[in-house]
Amino acid sequence: MSSPFYVAPEQQMKDRADFARKGIARGRSVAVLRYAEGILFVAENRSQALHKVSEIHDRIGFAAVGRYNEFENLRIAGIRHADMRGYAYDRSDVTGRGLANAYAQLLGTIFSSGGEKPYEVELVVAELGPAPGTDQIYRLTYDGSVADEEHLAVMGGSAEVITEVLDAGYRDDLPLAEAVRLAVRSLGSDAGPDKPVRELGPDSLEVAVLDRSRSQSRKFRRITGAALQQLLDDAPTAG
Amino acid sequence: MTAQTHGSNAFGAGLPPAFLRAGSSSFAEFLTQVAPDLLPSSRATLSDATELSPHGTTIVACTFPGGVMMAGDRRATMGNLIAQRDIQKVFASDEFSLVGIAGAAGIAVEMVRLFQTELEHYEKLEGAPLSLDGKANRLAAMIRQNLGLAMQGLAVLPLFAGWDTAAEQGRIFSYDATGGRYEETAFHAVGSGSVFARGSLKKVYSQQLDARACAMAVIQALYDAADDDSATGGPDLARRIFPVVMQATPDGVSRLSDAETSEIAGEVVAARMERPDGPAAGVI
Repeated sequence: MSSPFYVAPEQQMKDRADFARKGIARGRSVAVLRYAEGILFVAENRSQALHKVSEIHDRIGFAAVGRYNEFENLRIAGIRHADMRGYAYDRSDVTGRGLANAYAQLLGTIFSSGGEKPYEVELVVAELGPAPGTDQIYRLTYDGSVADEEHLAVMGGSAEVITEVLDAGYRDDLPLAEAVRLAVRSLGSDAGPDKPVRELGPDSLEVAVLDRSRSQSRKFRRITGAALQQLLDDAPTAG
Repeated sequence: MTAQTHGSNAFGAGLPPAFLRAGSSSFAEFLTQVAPDLLPSSRATLSDATELSPHGTTIVACTFPGGVMMAGDRRATMGNLIAQRDIQKVFASDEFSLVGIAGAAGIAVEMVRLFQTELEHYEKLEGAPLSLDGKANRLAAMIRQNLGLAMQGLAVLPLFAGWDTAAEQGRIFSYDATGGRYEETAFHAVGSGSVFARGSLKKVYSQQLDARACAMAVIQALYDAADDDSATGGPDLARRIFPVVMQATPDGVSRLSDAETSEIAGEVVAARMERPDGPAAGVI
């Protein structure tokens, strides 16, 4: 019997990262951005049943790209975590930071343990703060690293190209309709700067918001069908 | 790994393996696995505990075209003492349903919290809410879990009502301590003053009452319950404490503002000054 080949830890980590990145790059992208009244999630998703964007708790939303079964598992764990804390303590004690940390620990442990394959997912945990300046967007990658994004986050295969387009048109006081159109145009520009922009209709989009103006304590709201069409059709307003 | 060792940190930081395990969409079931000590029914009592917990008293509900109304008085009692004057016993269990509680107040309030979390948890995991019948059955299961405590004097008897989005009507469900679930038509009342409240509703209720008239009818019923049952509180004009009145309609659940309930209660009290027994119904 020969002993197993020695693989340098650097190489091992690089291989695992490449593996995870390849898996993530296969899927369509998701954009999460702050707008005037809260936080907007826009995903390119042709399924009306398998969601990439979801409600976690009153003020916390979740978005993911990559392998469906893996991020669905993480979504369920996140909802369990949030509801458990909200029930054991109080609803106001459920925080986006706590959830982002829990995800980071889990993803980091799985990534660096030799036994399991790394998760091929990227997540956003977004939390609506009490005032516009206090919203939080945490972006988590397959290896458990967390980035605290100021205004927006894009995940998925063509994230860089899409981020460029989104960054160019972004203001943090965009009204909802303008923010949706900007995000949809950005997601459609994934072929590259000089290529035609793909048209995305309501059937291939999943749109949701954490809406500060909502009177209920649960701020998450999906925008579908006619309501979404109307936002996409709205004539651009001046200023 | 036992549930107990897990329970100690299940609601702390991190995501323990149990959180990633495949399971049902029920929060109560999940709680049973990871932190059973948090369940309302987890208290161990050996003897009669009736005296330990304040009791909530009368809850009434009635349907109207386009919704269902529920109201509860504000009194909790411990034996012959008034434990609280302004307790809230009617709650929104989710966007389209209401739950009112009579019986051991401590356990009942906790059960409502668990029920609210249960419905929301299911909705988030499944992407769609439970049917109204499904919600009513989940509540029945929670009451069944509490049977041991009920036998020690800590029974919880809720009244459940909601807008059925599929059948497009308001519906009311009552329960017994063993978890039996019964659908009521038109109106119902539970709790110590329920006999009088039901008698009152029998005389004033009709299917044609609109939302405002229904609110008036339930406040009349609570007044009659308070009139004859010492454990039910009437409108407290001096402290401005009025019944909690909530409705479930196609637009969701809403609570009548204090201004509205005080106005209706004011009308009821004024009419009772003229005729203390309340509105007279014809003999035939």
